[in-house]
Formats: sequence, C-alpha cells, structure tokens
Amino acid sequence: MAETATKTQLLDVRNLRIEAVAESGARVTLVDDVSFTLNPGEVLGLIGESGAGKSTIGLSTLVYARSGCQITGGQIVFRGHVLRELGIEARQSLRGAKVAYIAQSAAAAFNPAHTLYDQVCEVALQHGVMNASQARVEAVRLFRELDLPNPETFGNRYPHQVSGGQLQRAMAAMAMIAKPDLLVFDEPTTALDVTTQVEVLASFKKLIRDHGTAALYITHDLAVVAQVADRIMVLRHGKMVEEGAATQILQQPRMDYTRMLVAERVAAQASTFVAPHGSSAQPILATRDVVASYRSGPRVIDNVSIELMRGDTLAVVGESGSGKSTLARVIVGLLPRQEGDVLFNGESLPPRLESRSKEQHRRIQMIYQMPDVALNPRQTLLDIIGRPIAFYFNKSRREVRARVEELMRQIDLPLDYISRRPGELSGGQKQRVCIARALAAEPDVIICDEVTSALDPLVADEILRLLRRIQDQTGVGYLFITHDLGTVRRIANKVAVMYKGQMVAYGATQQVFNPPYHPYTELLLSSVPEIRSDWLDEVLRKRRKVVR
Amino acid sequence: MNVLGYRLTLTALIGWLIILVCVGSAVLAPWIAPHDPNAPLGQRWEAPSAEHWFGLDQIGRDMFSRMLYGGRISITLAFLATCLAFAVGVVAGFAAALLGRWVDVALSRIADVILSMPILMSALIVISAVGSSAAVLILTIGLLYAVIVFRVARAVAMNIVVLEYVEAARLRGEGLFWVILREILPNALPPLAAEFGLRFSFAFLFVASLSFLGLGVQPPDADWGSMVKESALAIPAGLAAPLYPAAAIALLTIGVNMVVDWLLSLHSRPHGDNA
Repeated sequence: MAETATKTQLLDVRNLRIEAVAESGARVTLVDDVSFTLNPGEVLGLIGESGAGKSTIGLSTLVYARSGCQITGGQIVFRGHVLRELGIEARQSLRGAKVAYIAQSAAAAFNPAHTLYDQVCEVALQHGVMNASQARVEAVRLFRELDLPNPETFGNRYPHQVSGGQLQRAMAAMAMIAKPDLLVFDEPTTALDVTTQVEVLASFKKLIRDHGTAALYITHDLAVVAQVADRIMVLRHGKMVEEGAATQILQQPRMDYTRMLVAERVAAQASTFVAPHGSSAQPILATRDVVASYRSGPRVIDNVSIELMRGDTLAVVGESGSGKSTLARVIVGLLPRQEGDVLFNGESLPPRLESRSKEQHRRIQMIYQMPDVALNPRQTLLDIIGRPIAFYFNKSRREVRARVEELMRQIDLPLDYISRRPGELSGGQKQRVCIARALAAEPDVIICDEVTSALDPLVADEILRLLRRIQDQTGVGYLFITHDLGTVRRIANKVAVMYKGQMVAYGATQQVFNPPYHPYTELLLSSVPEIRSDWLDEVLRKRRKVVR
Repeated sequence: MNVLGYRLTLTALIGWLIILVCVGSAVLAPWIAPHDPNAPLGQRWEAPSAEHWFGLDQIGRDMFSRMLYGGRISITLAFLATCLAFAVGVVAGFAAALLGRWVDVALSRIADVILSMPILMSALIVISAVGSSAAVLILTIGLLYAVIVFRVARAVAMNIVVLEYVEAARLRGEGLFWVILREILPNALPPLAAEFGLRFSFAFLFVASLSFLGLGVQPPDADWGSMVKESALAIPAGLAAPLYPAAAIALLTIGVNMVVDWLLSLHSRPHGDNA
C-alpha cells in the first residue's frame, strides 16, 4: 500500500451489513445498512447501548468478524483499497500496520509471560516496519508521549507490574508503534476508575492530536466521546440513528433516541439533591467502627461508622479496592467483622451469617450487580420470587402465587412471565426480578451492590426510578454501593465516600457534594466526565494549576 | 431429530439403541432365554447351531442363555454400585464445596489417601478379606467410586457456589440440603449425568475384571467377565466362545460412552442465549 493518498477520504464504509449465523442456519442481523466516511486525522465516535453493533462495526474496519459472524453486505474502502476483496495475506499486512485496535480490557490483551517491550514492539517487527532497536526507540518515545512513568525502563516490566491505567496506555503504544492511519478504540476506558480514566483519556487525546491519526472511538458514555470526537454516530439495534458533528449531536440532537441519551446523561450531572429525612430517634442500620480483613491480610475496611435511617438512601461511593463491597459483606455477615459492631434497629447483629436468626436474615435483603448470576437459571420466576414468601411467611401455594403476581405488577413485569426462566428475560427485566425477590421478604433494608453498573444507561435510569418508587411506597431503606457518582446524585440523600478502606467523607449528599470538599471527594467529583466538549481540557488546566 | 427439546445425533441414537438392547435383554432374560443357563445340554465347546446360537461352553451349557442371564447380573451390579457412588460422592462433594474450610480439607485429604492406592488393589484386598457376594461387590465398588465422584462433584460445585444466586440463598438463611438440592444440583446435572454414564461403564468393566480374576460373581452364576474367564481355555483351540461375552462388554461400554459424549456436548453448548 505504497500509493499516495490523493483522495481525501481515508475510510469509506457503505451499506455495511453484518450477520450472525446460528448453527441451525438462522440469521440475525447485527449491523444493518450502516454507512460512514472518515477523513485523515478525524475522530468519529460510535455511541450506543449494548447490542447496538458498535464493536462489530469497529472490528469490520480490520475486515474481521467475530466467530459466528459474517460481513454479508456493503463495502469497506480504505485508502482506495476495497478491503473485502483482499486475500488473507493482504488483510494481515493491513491489521496492526495500517489499522490498529485498542480493546477494553488491557489485562486480557497482554500476555503475562512477556515484557511490555516485547509485546509493544512485536507489531512493528512482524510487519517489518522497523528493526528491533528502532522499535525500542519508538516505544520509549510513545511511552513518554503517553505520560507513562520512567519511559526508558517502563518496557522492561511485565503486565502484572503496572497498573490498569498504565497497561491501557501501553496498549495504545502497541497500537501506535507501526504508525497506523486508523485507530479503533473499543471502550478503552470503561473498565477504569474515574480518576484513572481522566488521565488515560487525556493521553489518548494528545496522542491522536499529535500524530494526526484518524480514529473510531467506541463507547457507551456520551460524556467520554464528547471529549475526543469530531463527529458522532448514534447506533441502536445495529442501525444508524443519527450522525453529525459532535456539538450538534450533544447540543441539538435531532432524533428522539439521541435526545433521551443526552437527557439521561445531563440528569446524572444534576445538582439538586434529595434531602435526608429528619433524623428520627434510631437508625434502622448502623455500623460502629467496623474493622474487617480477609484472613490475616491488611484491613480492607478500617473503622467505618455509618447510619441509615428508615426510608433513607445512603450511598457508599468509592473506586475499586476502596472496600465498599466488603462493607456490605460485613453487614450481611458473609465476612465476619473483627472489631466494632453492626446494629440493626439498635440491636447488635451476630458477626457470622450462620449465627443470625431467620428474622434477622429477612429484614436485610441484597440486590447484586450482575442479575445474570444472581438468579438461578433453572428456576422460574414463580420459584425465584415465591421462595422468600414461602420460606419466611409459611404461606400456602395459592397465597404465594397471589403475592408473586402482586410483586410482578409492582415491578412492571407482565404476569404471563411468571413461568419463564431468567434466560428468557432482558438484563433490565432480570434486575427487576432481583428487586422483586428482595421485596418478597418485606425487608427494612435493601443493600444494592452496584445494581445499575452492568445495565445500559436508559435501562439503569428506569431501575433507579423503580427503586425510588418502591421506597416511597414501602419506606424501605437502601444502602447503595456504587462507583458512579451520577447514580448517587439521583438516588441518595446521604453519602459515605470510601478511599482505601477508610471513610473520608460522610454526610448529607448536599453537604458532601458541595464545597468545602474533602480533597479526595473533590478529585472524584471533578473526574466524572461532563458532556461539554471542553470539560477534559478544563479539568487538566485546573489540575496543573494546583500542582504548580 | 429432537427428543425432549434436545437435538439427538446419530451416534447418540446408536448409543441409546445399544443400551436399550442390552438392558432390555437383561430384564427379559427369564422369558427370552431359550435354555436353562446352568444346565449341561451336550458336548463341551459344541459349535454354534440353530438350536444353540453361540454354541455350548466348557461343560456344555448354552452360551446364549448364559449371556442373557450374565448381562442381567453384570448390569445390575454396575448400576447399583454407580448409584451408591453418586449418592455418597455428590452429597460429600457438594458439602465440601459449599462449606469449605475444615469440611473440605478433611474430605479431600481422605479422598487423597484412598486414591493413593490403585482402586483394583483396594477392592481385591477388601473382597478377599470379607468374601465375595453381590452386596459386598456393590458396597466395595460403590464406595471406592464415590471417592472419584466426590472429586468431580466438588469441582463442578466449586464453580456454582461462587455464583450469587447461591449466596442469595445462603443470605436468606436456607439450610444446607435446600441449597444442595435446589440451587446447585439442577445446575450441575448435565456434567454429573455424563459422569454417571462414564462411571457406570467403568463399574461394569470393574465387575468384569473382578469376575475374571475369580473374585466377582461366583459359579455357577455367570456374568460376562467370568464367562470370558471360563471360556478363555477355548482360545488355544481357536474357538470363538470367549469373544461373545468380551464383545458384549465392549459393545455396552461403547454404547454408554456414545451417550456420554452426547450429554457432554449438550452441556458445553452456550446456554441462556436467545440471539
């Protein structure tokens, strides 16, 4: 591909159609009639919920389809070459050298047995773009551009010796080393904590700008794509909803669906908070200076004291490793506490799950992050939702069924779903079933562990609304564990911020999320991407000032 | 071809047919056997004829009738031993996975000790000490195989107990048996069903081996293993007699394995996927 690009277009995708072919011969269309063009140096953001076909389109620019999928229609023209007509060897000389891919999980993309140098330089050597010493020089240069620490020696390390954010940037270096014309970013910051995401995003943006590389940026987060993309394409169920300049999509979306996505993202930035209920005499659930660790390891939570009032929502926020989920495990007794006390309605709960009474079990229920594994795939909804009713209240079969139907109405599921199994439901519906199962026990407290994290934004929004409605109806208290500050703003009236096992801020949401901040809370709050396209630059400018 | 919503392959179909024929003929032996299996009817090693399809054995008994009755004994012993192995092994394996800590450590180390000696050797020691009878055979084989089933069941359950629906049941305060029977077992069934088939064919071969060594089914009763042994003398004479029971052993083992492969392929199919 030595030809000089006389045409301005780098990539021209026309009427792309990709289908999944099942064993039985049945076909499902994953991408339907999608067209777009990309000029050199331009960044196109692909936005959509899961199943929208974003990643499938991204991979198609490498003329690659996941196993079981096939590109069945349309044309992909890259620098004048019709990609679908290329043979296997020509395709391989394209991949990595001209078009490079950056995946979501760097941890899964690196081989743990080789150093970062070996893996970053491999692409360049494979394609014969440069020799080993040139590749090393280039790798060091990229490490420096990507703000990695000690760029000269960084490559000597193994993947497990660097942090998640650093590994993600190392993957960008791997993608850039052969100087490709097109980069495909597939949710590259989704698995990172927000504070890390800011740094990685900044590095990516600088990289793209300085090298003038064109990019497809795939993400489900409008605020992230707002920082990097020139144009945005919104996808839904494999079809294009709308495409336009980034500012137009974000500020004047034309289609209803885009409007909903934008509105949902703006709501997450709301600054009106739900006020806590008046401090009634006694908290329904409280922890007093709780300390816990796994086996004899270091303290995973250290002196944490929180109080949850009846009918209130207390959010426990923190990044991965902050101990927020461990706190939930200590409260329910899965992990016995070592020091301190857990009080339910003023009474101390036994540390171990096995020593608690049936009534104590009943009054604290839990909802999980992944509804897929929280529901037994072999049971029907009647079994799942009905079991707590039969177990705690000794009801007859007819009474159980009547109560299950009542609960299904409450969570807005059609009654004829009662004999379905979880595999026949969507992610949002499964999460509703988990909520119904928790409600069936008529608890005083429900612990929600990242309940919206695995769901698409619009579905997550519905779940949050449902949870609030249930709270208004039943007066149940929520202990809401999450890393997503947008969720906290919408549902919590009190918040506890955790950092490395300790609680660094605690109080009414209004108070914690407004100045004067605790420094970590401020870092966390300022790291949540906003939908303005100048947000990232502004944050970086502010932080640099602080450093000076 | 679909059976109960599962796609039946040709190999699975053949496997099921073999099992059906073997089990069917064993069950119906008293009615379909043409002769008394233990009565001498003519010359030793008489060649196959219309009257005696597989010929006569070393003391002139009808081979075909003895095969039918022998299958009855072999299959029953192997089946009962496998059932015992599963009843003990699955409960112990699930309990070890679910309870962890010292329960798991104790049961696993006991299993290690038992398996440190070849199973055939252990069985020979027990049977030669206690004496051979149907009950002793079933208990010995069943309990020794329970150790192997324990390991498989524990491994399968380990992957299930970490799932949140099991945690949800524990948080609800459910008892151990409810969690084992209602939450874990239904999800462990496909790999365990395959293991059952495999274990059955091993138990069946095990009974045959013991009989061949003279410690299994005692004369004048026949099982396929002892029939191979009794007619082994005919091999130097160039007679086909020992091949019939040997072929029957091989056939049933292969049939069971065909079905097991099919069961495993059902399990490895991605489930819960409606795409």
